[in-house]
Amino acid sequence: MPLSTSSNFAKPDDAFRAVVEAHRGLSDEQSADLDAALVLILANHIGDIEVLREAIALAKRRVLDAQQQQQQQQQ
Amino acid sequence: MSQASTQAKTQFGYRRHPDQDRAGSQAAEHAVVVVGAGPVGLSLAIDLAQRGRRVVLLDDVDRIGEGSRAICFSKRSLEYWDRLGVGQRMVDKGVVWSVGKIFHGNSELYQFNLLPEAGHKRPAFINLQQFYAEAYLVDRVQQLPEISLRWCNKVVGLEPRNDGVAVQVATPDGPYRLHAQYVVACDGARSSLRQMVGAEFSGQVFEDQFLIADVKMTAEFPTERWFWFDPPFHAGRSALLHKQPDDVWRIDLQLSRFADPAVEKQPDNVRPRIARMLGHDKFEFEWISLYKFQCRRMERFIHGHVVFAGDAAHQVSPFGARGANSGLEDAENLAWKLDRVLCGTSPEALLQSYHIERSAAADENIRESTRSTDFMAPNSHQEARLRKAVLSLAGDTEFGKRMVNGGRLSVPSIYQTPLSTADTDDWSCGPPPGASMADAPLAFRDGQETFLTDAFISVGADFTLLGFAPEEEPEAVSAIRIGGEYGYLDPQALAASRYDAAAGTTYLLRPDGYVAARFKHPTPALIDAALARATALA
Repeated sequence: MPLSTSSNFAKPDDAFRAVVEAHRGLSDEQSADLDAALVLILANHIGDIEVLREAIALAKRRVLDAQQQQQQQQQ
Repeated sequence: MSQASTQAKTQFGYRRHPDQDRAGSQAAEHAVVVVGAGPVGLSLAIDLAQRGRRVVLLDDVDRIGEGSRAICFSKRSLEYWDRLGVGQRMVDKGVVWSVGKIFHGNSELYQFNLLPEAGHKRPAFINLQQFYAEAYLVDRVQQLPEISLRWCNKVVGLEPRNDGVAVQVATPDGPYRLHAQYVVACDGARSSLRQMVGAEFSGQVFEDQFLIADVKMTAEFPTERWFWFDPPFHAGRSALLHKQPDDVWRIDLQLSRFADPAVEKQPDNVRPRIARMLGHDKFEFEWISLYKFQCRRMERFIHGHVVFAGDAAHQVSPFGARGANSGLEDAENLAWKLDRVLCGTSPEALLQSYHIERSAAADENIRESTRSTDFMAPNSHQEARLRKAVLSLAGDTEFGKRMVNGGRLSVPSIYQTPLSTADTDDWSCGPPPGASMADAPLAFRDGQETFLTDAFISVGADFTLLGFAPEEEPEAVSAIRIGGEYGYLDPQALAASRYDAAAGTTYLLRPDGYVAARFKHPTPALIDAALARATALA
């Protein structure tokens, strides 16, 4: 698995905080624009399509799991 | 709005053929019947005829289609047309271009050059109205007695026979029958032969509508392909401007998916849009049409003894010039294979490689043109948001520019094919097996300049050994020698560098100019084995 999921930041809180603060004061629309640009910038920096595909799969699993849970609760 | 001036050049007469006088049970026997005298059918017929093969070419009307269809013909297509003896005429009439510019709003985002290096006989592209291309091809057909071109001959039925196909043809004089060993259907996107064999033609339908206008005007725009995202004259949508011969400009405007075609194509409604784009209204319309498009292909390009080529077999969106050019690549791929199978020098398995190679190319063309279309017409808010991010990043980053997709223009595919012999030597560059040959400047020994693509034609465009300073005379196939005692000169050493060549390096080229195999240290046994493989004999 080429995607690294071990902790790569010496101070992970700093990284999380940096992203959170980038969104401060933005509307939902602006936040979504920011994320879109950020994803593309970071994807290009990684520059490895396999890593990108794995990252997408890992992220997407959350969305699909949440959807499934919701459906189960409704049943 | 119709092209009265061009119609005159492109109107042909129906003529009764002696085949029509035969009784139904004694239908004339032909090796190949090609259906559809468009660029693909005409080119295929010429290619077969130049290989000494007799061809019947049928078309359901008596004129070349008018209006605005293909305009961009690629370097690869021009090199093919050079082999068919019509390349120079196309280039002389066409508008040569290689630079494209992409604009966002008012500003230029970036430009690209599709042929940034010198030393090629042909440019990246020419723009030429399809009816000129067809008229020149018809002129060439008329020089070749092997081709029987029959206008107003409409194929209305196909029946399989043990040794081929029975073709039912309707004419102004009534019906007649032909027997063909092979029928090649080049009868376009709405192919009636495809329906006759009962083949599916499914794929993706795009809802967005585009307006095409060909306008006549004198203008100072450079001969470049200009593409706009969200231009000030057509807010929120895309636009394309491209020059054609005779002071005609192709304009392509994206419209809403809900626009009413009947209203939108009224000249009175189109005129103000174009005037906003050009900044004046000193132009006349040559053609206006509204279209939606589809990306789809047949699952199999070969149905018994009926072979499909061009739009009949696959259809793409127009962004990328992948329609006519890929059809011409079909023709050059098919002609030599069909000829060998008919001669009996190769088994029918060789024809299967046509399906393998060209259906994979169709998939690639569909993938590329679908991506371009999705970028131009995003399907959701989030897709639009990602596109917005790319366009804004393109202003200040290189990677953003390269993600902007205003059409990726046609380049030949690299075939993954059973006809290729895998590399066993180390190569740092050069066309690998399955790739089309690269051109390079050469000189005759007296210093007169020529090109590698010309050398390929002069040895007959059959299986050819391209050898760099070869040690011995090769046998069995024709040869182009570069360097050594008798070979061409390579004055700028570009041939050697484009082929990663040292003394002894040898490429085996197929009759369509694709690389079948390459060796740094060739032996007759290696070459024989590669040749056997490339002709489906091994």
